[in-house]
Amino acid sequence: MRTWIEKQKYLIDFTLSSMARRKVKNFGILFLYTLLVFLLASVMLFAHALRREAAATLAGAPDVIVQRMVAGRHDLIPPDYIYKLGSLRGVRKTESRLWGYYYDPFVRANYTIMVPASAGGDEVATGRVAVGQAIARRLALTLNGEIFLAAYSGELRSFTVARLLPHESELFTADLVLMSEEDFRSFFDYPVGQYTDIALTVTNPQEVHNIAGKIASSLPDSRVILRDEILRTYEAIFNWREGVVLALLSGAVIAFGIFALEKASGLSADEKREIGILKAIGWETGDVIRMKFWEGALISLTAFFVGYTAAYLHVFRFAAALFEPVLKGWSTLYPDFELVPTLDGFELATLFFFTVFPYVLATIVPIWRAAVTDPDSVMRGAL
Amino acid sequence: MIELAGIRKAFNQGRPNEFWALNGIDLKIAPQQVTVFFGPSGSGKTTLLTVVGCLARPTTGRVRLNGRDTSGLPERFLTGIRRRTFGFIFQQFNLVRGVTAIENVMLPAYPLGSDWKELKERAGSLLDSLKLSHRRTARVEWLSGGEQQRIAIARALINDPEVLIADEPTANLDTALSKEFLGILESLAGQGRSLLLTSHDPLVVESSVVRRVVTLRDGRIVGDR
Repeated sequence: MRTWIEKQKYLIDFTLSSMARRKVKNFGILFLYTLLVFLLASVMLFAHALRREAAATLAGAPDVIVQRMVAGRHDLIPPDYIYKLGSLRGVRKTESRLWGYYYDPFVRANYTIMVPASAGGDEVATGRVAVGQAIARRLALTLNGEIFLAAYSGELRSFTVARLLPHESELFTADLVLMSEEDFRSFFDYPVGQYTDIALTVTNPQEVHNIAGKIASSLPDSRVILRDEILRTYEAIFNWREGVVLALLSGAVIAFGIFALEKASGLSADEKREIGILKAIGWETGDVIRMKFWEGALISLTAFFVGYTAAYLHVFRFAAALFEPVLKGWSTLYPDFELVPTLDGFELATLFFFTVFPYVLATIVPIWRAAVTDPDSVMRGAL
Repeated sequence: MIELAGIRKAFNQGRPNEFWALNGIDLKIAPQQVTVFFGPSGSGKTTLLTVVGCLARPTTGRVRLNGRDTSGLPERFLTGIRRRTFGFIFQQFNLVRGVTAIENVMLPAYPLGSDWKELKERAGSLLDSLKLSHRRTARVEWLSGGEQQRIAIARALINDPEVLIADEPTANLDTALSKEFLGILESLAGQGRSLLLTSHDPLVVESSVVRRVVTLRDGRIVGDR
């Protein structure tokens, strides 16, 4: 075993010195390879983090949301709807919700203004608000600071920041402002007794589709949104966006593939001569192949780890600046948010398999052809 | 003891350009002496060396090394025998460019996986004995022809082989360097090693260190003294 390890050390040592002798070729490949892993890993890490964040946050969302529609547009819910929905068999709890959008022209961003659930522990007192991290960053808000918003009446209102919303839910709360019902109604001039939509909690989650059917028949002018549908929509959006970016990158992947195959597999006359010498002085074909294996492995593993680490920093430290407009961008005015770092073992393994293995194989196959040449060709001066 | 019986070697067999480099060689080479294969270009000297040194297999015939038939062995075993038994000094030296002198010397021992410190010491002492210790970290392409040949000799000796094989060792050397090489040859013969050389250089053939000269022509032995 010790001899085997020593032998591998010698082979790696000689491989490194061989690579150093062909600096331009090897550094060129390493640079492009690292760049490719970086791009692919950035897209995968970013899309995965978004999906995970969406799933984690929506796990606590209501089972069903009911909205009223007028001429295909979302309208306010009248008071009697709440009673009708509450009396449906299988509905454990109804909660009428108030929310809307507010465009802040000074920072050119949209906020979502919402009244928190009465039993959720998120209540805010009149004259006070809870704000998302992105808004706090953009307006440099601190606890007990003041935020100024222009009401629908045109009057400028001041609210005290009572709380900053947690960082973990930033994907959904980045642009959120929570205020009391009284403030909300007066701020938007919202009719008393009417609500934006109604959230339902069902007794048995298996029955959610039956309940949705009942709602649709008893309140035909309503739109029923299930939590699973929201999750699926998010999945579809992120998958689609990831697909778009990967499709754009596929050209780069193919170009690199051709480049790497040519550079890694094409042996120069010098390399062929070197292999002939090694065989003539007592190296076996297997030793030469192992040496080339180490060359491929060292380049591809270095590129993989450097590229993946750079992608991790790019996504979680620098907010995926390169892909942000495509992957995040449902609005250019959407406030910034930072993702919570997360890794998916399966995606990591997939990327590893599809980047490291083909390269190592591409380096070994041609060397095998060269390594089986007769060692006497060196003696005869044929190399 | 190396025994050759009915050795024939063809290149491009079965093709229009088929060529028989060796045409029936029967020879016994005694150990611990200097033997020279002498003859003009194309006489089959180098091919005979490659067959003896397990670098190539004969097309027909048998090669026996200390009584063991090596002519039919698979490549892996042949490499093992080559590594343990023979050290090679090539006409063009065939050193690996871009690598230091001492690394070139150590290269044949890498596949054996021996202790690095021990190997480096062995390579260092070989360079010392060939008066090259001051050049150990120099890249081989910076060395003179004579120095390169001495590096090639040190490399051939690193695995302590029984037999040293040198193909036209003085072909690229001037008279002074050729004499220096013959001096080294004498000391190696004094250590009890077998030496097999090809040459058409009278300086080598007439040297007192050479015990036997086998003359070849057209792939056949035409003289033996």
